[in-house]
Amino acid sequence: MAERTFYNEVLTDHNLHPDNKYHLKDPNLVKEGVNPSCGDDIVLQLKYKDGVIEDASFVGEGCAISQASADIMINLILGKTKEEAEHLSDIFLRMIQGEASDEEIEELEEGSALQDISHMPARVKCAVLGWRTLNEMLKDA
Amino acid sequence: MAEYEFSKEEDKKIRDDFPLLNNRDIVYMDNAATTQKPVEVIDSWKRYYENYNANPFRGVYGLSVDATEVYEDARKAVAGFIGADSYCEIVFTRNASESINLLSTSLCEYILQPGDEIIVSIAEHHSNFLPWQQAAKRYGAKVVFFECEEDGEFKKEKLEELITGRTRILAITHLSNVLGRINDVKTFAEICHKNHVLISVDGAQSVPHIPVNVKELDVDFLQFSGHKMLAPMGIGVLYGKEELLNAMPPYMYGGEMIETVTRDGATYAELPHKFEAGTVNVGGAAALAEAIRYYEKIGFEKIMARERALTKAAIEKMGEIEGIEIIGSKDPTQHEGIITFLVDGVHPHDVAAIMDAEGVCVRAGHHCAQPLLQYLYDIREKKNTGGISTTRVSMAFYNTPEEVDRMAEALAKIRPEMGLT
Repeated sequence: MAERTFYNEVLTDHNLHPDNKYHLKDPNLVKEGVNPSCGDDIVLQLKYKDGVIEDASFVGEGCAISQASADIMINLILGKTKEEAEHLSDIFLRMIQGEASDEEIEELEEGSALQDISHMPARVKCAVLGWRTLNEMLKDA
Repeated sequence: MAEYEFSKEEDKKIRDDFPLLNNRDIVYMDNAATTQKPVEVIDSWKRYYENYNANPFRGVYGLSVDATEVYEDARKAVAGFIGADSYCEIVFTRNASESINLLSTSLCEYILQPGDEIIVSIAEHHSNFLPWQQAAKRYGAKVVFFECEEDGEFKKEKLEELITGRTRILAITHLSNVLGRINDVKTFAEICHKNHVLISVDGAQSVPHIPVNVKELDVDFLQFSGHKMLAPMGIGVLYGKEELLNAMPPYMYGGEMIETVTRDGATYAELPHKFEAGTVNVGGAAALAEAIRYYEKIGFEKIMARERALTKAAIEKMGEIEGIEIIGSKDPTQHEGIITFLVDGVHPHDVAAIMDAEGVCVRAGHHCAQPLLQYLYDIREKKNTGGISTTRVSMAFYNTPEEVDRMAEALAKIRPEMGLT
């Protein structure tokens, strides 16, 4: 028997009742992220000014992992500087590969609910979709 | 057909034949993707490499003659299994995909002219769509789609309407890997031949589950994969009528497919070697022949009765679970072991992941049939989470009623686990 499912309450709750899934009014950064394996498709929207993420949201469709992960990510990066967001992103991506320390994972707060995905290689792309899209946006910002 | 139930002893005997099913505590219901292998098949592969291995056809020595005999005996076994007139009509390939690539490339070079039309059913696996789409592009021909009803039926009247004076080929599956419904290819072949159209049938899902006789169906070409019918990965078959294969040009060039080679050109070997360039997969062919013997030992009558009983039980149990919608026909007798479905509010990849956590292996996604899933999505009124994606369970005769129960129990947990009731 495979290990128990990683669909914990944090994850299903963010999937069913996302805090940040809506169209942002007047975003100045918008980027689409696609994961062809699940057909996940999100559009990340940011209000980014003077190096700070002042507001953020996402819209789109996909599996519970991609949707919950993007929603949790936005809670984490709201009000953060580019460097702080990139720092969290770095921890998240390493956590998914099973390479982050417990102290680092603590910084991710609810994002830690996704750490067991490291045992499910087929779903890693779903979990990192939001973060990968954010990195691409900030790189050019 | 009379309902046949395997006895407990038969069940156990069959399960004992499949090492993987005993080595892993899982319910394997992704048989439309690939089947597990019985020990006889695994042993036959080993037996070949331990006792008969040499490069076939080339050697003058006895061992090479033995290898050639193993290979050609396998070809005869395949010819007998599908009712071909002659072993010359059986070309060994890697899998059904390679068979269709070979066929579309060679046949289109032989017959296709600018402005010609190829009819392809909307239900095709990408393997039986892209090769024809690309061949059509190369020759300035057109692909025309043969669409099904919402219940998955392909109506002959629709086909008759689609055929024009420019139609050259119909490519259609015998049994869709999504809909699971048998297509009436015998009638389609009659319609095609009346209109001087060739018919090529993808038998990847039918040959492992129902008796298929190419003479009775009168199809011009048939393709299937060994690995979906108990044999190893890497051996497949293209059947073609002898006069057509004879007239078609080679697909790959190289060793063992020639008669003579000069500085300026070559003449090619007789059928079927003309289409088998390079050293062939003798061990795979031997194992495919053993798989055929295994099918013949149990018999399709029992296999079909078993798979149909499992399918019926599964559909009934799925009907009791809230939020499940079955794709294609609602009639269990129109699903040959393949049940594709949606779970309301849950993405198919989440469905498959939760079922996996319960030890049940099922497929999620677009099943390599995106045009079909897009078409079904467009004609369905209700839209589901996950867009065109769906989840699929697919049975083999070695599945058991207990496994159907375990599958249904896993399925019943999904919506509650995802916070839906």
